[in-house]
Amino acid sequence: MSRIANSPLTAGTRSLIPLSSALPWLIAIAFLFGLPVVFPSGSALTIMNQMAITIIFALAYNMLLGQGGMLSFGHAVYMGLGGFFCMHVLNWVENDGLWLPLPLLPILGGLFGLLFAFLIGGFSTRRAGTVFAMISLGVGELIAACSIIIVVFFGGEEGVSGDRTMGPEFFGIDFAQQQEVYYLSAVWLIVSALAMYLFSRTPIGRIANAVRDNEERAEFLGYSQRNVRWISFCASGFFCGIAGALFAINFEILTEENLNLATSGEILLVTFLGGVGFFIGPIIGAVVFILLKTVLGLYTELWALYAGILFLLTVMFFPNGLTGLIAMHVGPYKRGRLGVLALPYIKMVGPLMVFILSGAAVFEILFHSREAATGEGEMTLYGLTFSSHGILPVAVAAGIAIASFLLLHRLAPQLREAWDAANPVDRRS
Amino acid sequence: MNRFTTILLAAGISAATMGATYAADNIKIAFIDPLSGPFAATGKQGLAQYKFAAEELVNKKGGVLGGSKFEIVAFDNKISAKESLIQLKVAIDQGIRFIVQGNSSGVANALTDAIKKHNRRNPEDRVIFLNYSAVDPALTNDKCNFWHFRFDANADIKMDALTDIIKDNGNIKKVYLIGQDYSFGKAVAAAAVKFLGEKRPDIEIVGNELHPIGKVKDFTPYARKIIASGADAMITGNWGSDMVGLGKSVISAGFKNPIFTYYAATDGITKTFGEAGEGVVKLVGEGQLNPPVSDRADAYTKAFKAKNPDLDIGQPRITNVMEMLARAINDAGSATDMVKIGYALEGMEHDSLWGTKVKMRTVDHQAIQNVHILAHTKSGITHDYDNSGYGLKTESTVEMASADAPTTCKMDRPAQ
Amino acid sequence: MSLFAVNILDGLVTGLLLFMLCSGLTLIFSMMGVLNFAHASFYMLGAYFGYQISAYVGFWPGLIFAPIIVGVAGALIERYGLRRVHQFGHVPELIFTFGLALLIEELVQFIWGKSQKAYEAPLALDFPAFAIAGNSFPAYKVFMIFMAMGIFLVLLYILTKTRIGMIIQAALSYPATVQNLGHNVPLVFMGVFGVGTAMAGLAGVIAGPVLGTFPGMAFQLGSIVFVTIVVGGLGSLWGALVASLLIGWLQTFAAAYNVGMSDLLIALGFEKPLDLANSALRDLWSLTLPQVGPILPYLLMVLILIMRPQGLLGKRET
Repeated sequence: MSRIANSPLTAGTRSLIPLSSALPWLIAIAFLFGLPVVFPSGSALTIMNQMAITIIFALAYNMLLGQGGMLSFGHAVYMGLGGFFCMHVLNWVENDGLWLPLPLLPILGGLFGLLFAFLIGGFSTRRAGTVFAMISLGVGELIAACSIIIVVFFGGEEGVSGDRTMGPEFFGIDFAQQQEVYYLSAVWLIVSALAMYLFSRTPIGRIANAVRDNEERAEFLGYSQRNVRWISFCASGFFCGIAGALFAINFEILTEENLNLATSGEILLVTFLGGVGFFIGPIIGAVVFILLKTVLGLYTELWALYAGILFLLTVMFFPNGLTGLIAMHVGPYKRGRLGVLALPYIKMVGPLMVFILSGAAVFEILFHSREAATGEGEMTLYGLTFSSHGILPVAVAAGIAIASFLLLHRLAPQLREAWDAANPVDRRS
Repeated sequence: MNRFTTILLAAGISAATMGATYAADNIKIAFIDPLSGPFAATGKQGLAQYKFAAEELVNKKGGVLGGSKFEIVAFDNKISAKESLIQLKVAIDQGIRFIVQGNSSGVANALTDAIKKHNRRNPEDRVIFLNYSAVDPALTNDKCNFWHFRFDANADIKMDALTDIIKDNGNIKKVYLIGQDYSFGKAVAAAAVKFLGEKRPDIEIVGNELHPIGKVKDFTPYARKIIASGADAMITGNWGSDMVGLGKSVISAGFKNPIFTYYAATDGITKTFGEAGEGVVKLVGEGQLNPPVSDRADAYTKAFKAKNPDLDIGQPRITNVMEMLARAINDAGSATDMVKIGYALEGMEHDSLWGTKVKMRTVDHQAIQNVHILAHTKSGITHDYDNSGYGLKTESTVEMASADAPTTCKMDRPAQ
Repeated sequence: MSLFAVNILDGLVTGLLLFMLCSGLTLIFSMMGVLNFAHASFYMLGAYFGYQISAYVGFWPGLIFAPIIVGVAGALIERYGLRRVHQFGHVPELIFTFGLALLIEELVQFIWGKSQKAYEAPLALDFPAFAIAGNSFPAYKVFMIFMAMGIFLVLLYILTKTRIGMIIQAALSYPATVQNLGHNVPLVFMGVFGVGTAMAGLAGVIAGPVLGTFPGMAFQLGSIVFVTIVVGGLGSLWGALVASLLIGWLQTFAAAYNVGMSDLLIALGFEKPLDLANSALRDLWSLTLPQVGPILPYLLMVLILIMRPQGLLGKRET
C-alpha cells in the first residue's frame, strides 16, 4: 500500500506495477524500438537479433542460477528442443498448409520447452547442488548425442531448416526482411522479460529464493523444495523454448550445435559475466558478450582469448559480475560521495586503456608473426603499419604495457583511499 | 558559358574519380570455411591456396574489368552450419557478392539453401555460391539452384572412376565401407554399393558403417573390426582429422590391403601414412601434380610452396574457381550483376592449369573434368605433400568423367 | 573370440588412461569439494608440453619434465586463482575452473596454433608387440598399460601407507583439526592440486601420440572424465579405477560390434515395417550399437545419480 501511495499518478488505483517501476520498462521499450532507426544496417540488425535471443535465453537461465541457485550444464537442450520443434512447425506451415501466423510461433516453442523441462525436471530437480548439475550435464550430452541418431526429429548432422516466410501474412508483413524479424524479436523480448520479472515477484518466485538460500528452512515452512525447484525449472524451460523459437525464425536452421555443451557453457558465461544476483545482470552479460563476439571478432581472431581473460578476471575480482561492479557504486551515489571517486577514476582510465591496448598488441603481434605467410610480414595495428617479425615491435608493445601497468600500480592506493572515503567504514559489515 | 564549363568540368572530374574508385575497388570474395576446430588444417590450406591463386592468376595479370583486383576475405565457420549462416550474413552486409565454401556438404547444403532464400528476398543484392569441395551429389541434383556452382567432381562421379580400378583387381573379394555420418558419407556409401553391385557383383561388402563426424576419439575399435572382417580392401570418404585418425589406427592395427579414399592426402595425412601407405593408399580426385603437366603448373606449384612452406596444393581445382570467375566477370562486363555472371559461368569451357578441360554443365552447374586415380607413393614425385617425400602420382585418368551422367536438377532460372 | 581378446586389451588402455585423469580429479574434489572443470585442460597442456620438449630432446625427457611443468602451473593456479575464488563459495569456484578450461584452450591455440601437432610415439616403442589373429597390438600401448598401473600402485601406497598420505586423508575430513595440529593445510591443498594436475599432464604426455594432440582434445575428454568420477563415487580412488575400466570397456565394445536394433526388435517379435524410409520409427530400426556407444556413459551416469547418488563405491553423497 505504501508503494502505491508513493506515486501520485497511481494513487488509489489497484495497479500491479507502480509507475516508478514501470518507467525502466517504458524506457527499454522506447530504446528497443528506436535502435533500428539509429543502426539500420544489416549487420547491426543481425547483431541485435542475436542479442535479443541471447537475452531471453540468459534471463531464463538466470531463473535457475540466480533465483533458484541451480547450476545447469545442459540448458541449451530446452532452447534447442523448442527451436527444433518450431522448425518442424514452419515446415508444416510450408508443406502441409498449417495455418499459423509467424508471431505466434514462440508460444509453441515455449510450450515444447516447457514439456521437456517438465519431463526431465521430474527427476533432475529432486536434488540441488552437484547432483543437479551433473544430471543436467548428463542429460544435455545425451540429448545432444541423440540429435545425430534421431534423424527424423533432429535432421542428423545437417540439422533442420525451413522458411519463415511461407506462413500467412501478418498484417501485410511476411518477415522476409531482417528488420521485421527484429521487431518481432523485440516484442517477444519485452513480453518475456516482463513475464520473467513478474514471475520473480510472485510468491513462487520468492520461495525459489528461499529454497536457494536454505532449503531445509523452506521445507520446514511447509514448501516442498523439490516442487519449488521443479516449477522454476519448468518456467525456465518455457522461456528457453521461446528463445529457441526466435532462433528458428532468425536463422531458419537448427543443428546439433544448438543442443551441445558448448552452447550450454556459453550461456553460463554470459549470465555470470553479467551478474547472477541481479535481474538485469543477464541482459548486460548478453549485450557485452555478443558485442565481444561479433564486433571484436571482426577485428581480431583472438577475440575468444580476450573474452576468456575478461571472464576469468570477472570471476576472480567481481563475483557479482559487471552489474555487481555498477551496483558497487550505488552506495556512494546515495551518500552523495560519488564525486570523491571521480578524480582517481579519471587518472586511471588513461593508463588502463594504454595497458589494455598495448597488452592486446603483444598478443596480436606474436600471433601475426606466426600465422602470416612467408613474405607477408607487414601488419597494421591501431593505424600503424610495421613488420611483425623481429623482436622490436613486441618489445615496444610489451614495454608500454609494463610501464602502464606500473603506473596503474602506483595509482591504485589513491583509488583505494578514495573508495574507503566514499564507503565509510561504519557502513561495512 | 563559364557556368557550363564548370558543370562540365565537375562532371568530368566526378566521372574520372568514379572510374578511378571503380577500378581500384577490390572485388571481395568471402571464404567461409573452418579456420578453427578439428578441421582447421583443411580450411587454412584452402585459404592459402585461394589467396595465392587470386594473386598469381588474376591480380598479377591485371585483374578483371580493366584493373579490379580479387580480394579473399576469410570467415571462420567452425564447420558449423549455424556459424556459416551468420558469417554469410556478415559477408553480405560487407557488400561481398561471391561466396566460396567447400568443407562439409552439411554446411554447403545449409549455405545453398540460405543463399537461394536470400536471393529471392533481396533481388537487389544477390550472391553467387562457388562450391569448390562439397561433393554431396544432392547439391547438383534435388537441391540444385541457379546460384550454386560446383567445381569438384561429385561423390558419384568419383566413385564411378574408383570402382573402375577395383573392377580390374581380381584379388579384391571383400570390401569394407566406412565413412562419416552425414550427407557426404552416406552418398559415398550409397555410390559404392551401387557401382560395386553393377561392376563386380561377386564382391562381398563385409562392412558398411558410418561414424559421427569429428567426434571419434579413438578409431582403434573400428580398425579392429575392419581387420577381423577379413576385408581385402577398404573404401572411405573420410577427410581432415577423421582421415588421420582412421588411417593411423588402421595401419597400426596391421591392415596391409588397399585403402581407397577420396581425401587421404595433405594436412598431415600423407605424412601419417608414409611408408606404410606405399602401394596401399589410392585416391580418386581431380588435378594432377605428379608428374607435372606443364612447366607452368610446375612453376605455380613451386611458387606456392616457396610462399607457404608448411602447406600444399591439396585442392588444385581452386585455380579453376578463380580463373573461371575472373572470366565470367569479364564476359558479363560487371562484378555486380549476378544474373549475368551466373549465365556467363554456366556452360563455360576452361583450360585448367592442371591440364584438363573443365566444363561447367549448364543443366546442373556441375563441373565436368578429368578424374584421376592417384597413388600415394615416393617414386616419381616432383611435388611431395607434408614435406614427407611422399606424394600423389597419377596412375590412370578418366577423361571428362561422367559427362553424360543424368541429373534430377530442375532449375528456376532468373530472367536474363 | 580373437576380436573379443583384442577389445579387452584396447578397452583396458582406454580405461587406464581415463583413470590417470580421474584419480587426480577425484582427489582434488574430495579435498576442496569442487569439481575441477579444467582438469582435462591440464591433460592437454601435458600433451603440448610433451610435444614441445620432444621436438628438441626427444620423448623420454618430455615424459618427466612436462608433468612437472603442468604440476607447477596447477599449484600456482590453485594458490593465486582458486584460493581467491574459494571465499565466494562453490558456484563461483566451479565457474572459475570452467572459465579456466576455456582460457587454456584459447591459450593453447594462441601458442601452438589450431591444427593437430605431429606428436609421435618414441621410435623405441614403435613396433607391434604381438598380434592376435592379424590384429597387431602396438608396443606403445603395452607401455601405457604398465605406466597407468604403476601410477595407481604408487598412489595407493602413498595415500595409505605413508605419513603424508595420512595427513592428506585427515585433512580431507577434518581440515580445521589438522590445521590445529600444526599442519599447513593450505599447503597440503596446493600440493594435492599440483600432484593431481601433474598426473593429468602425465596422462596427456602418454595419450598425445595415440589420441592426437590438438586444441579440442581437452573438450573431447572433459565431460567423460566427470562422468567417470561421478559413476565411481566422488572422492573414491577405487571407485575411479572401477568406473574408468567400466567406461573404457563399455565404449570399446560398443564401437566394436555392429549389433543392430533391428536384430533385437525382430528377436523380440516385432515386424520390420516394409516402407522403412518413410516410417516415423526408421531411426529406431536402423540404430546400431556403435551409434549408441558414445552416449552410454552419460546414460549410466544419469541412472546412477537417480538410483545411487553417492556413486558405485562412494561413501558420501555428492
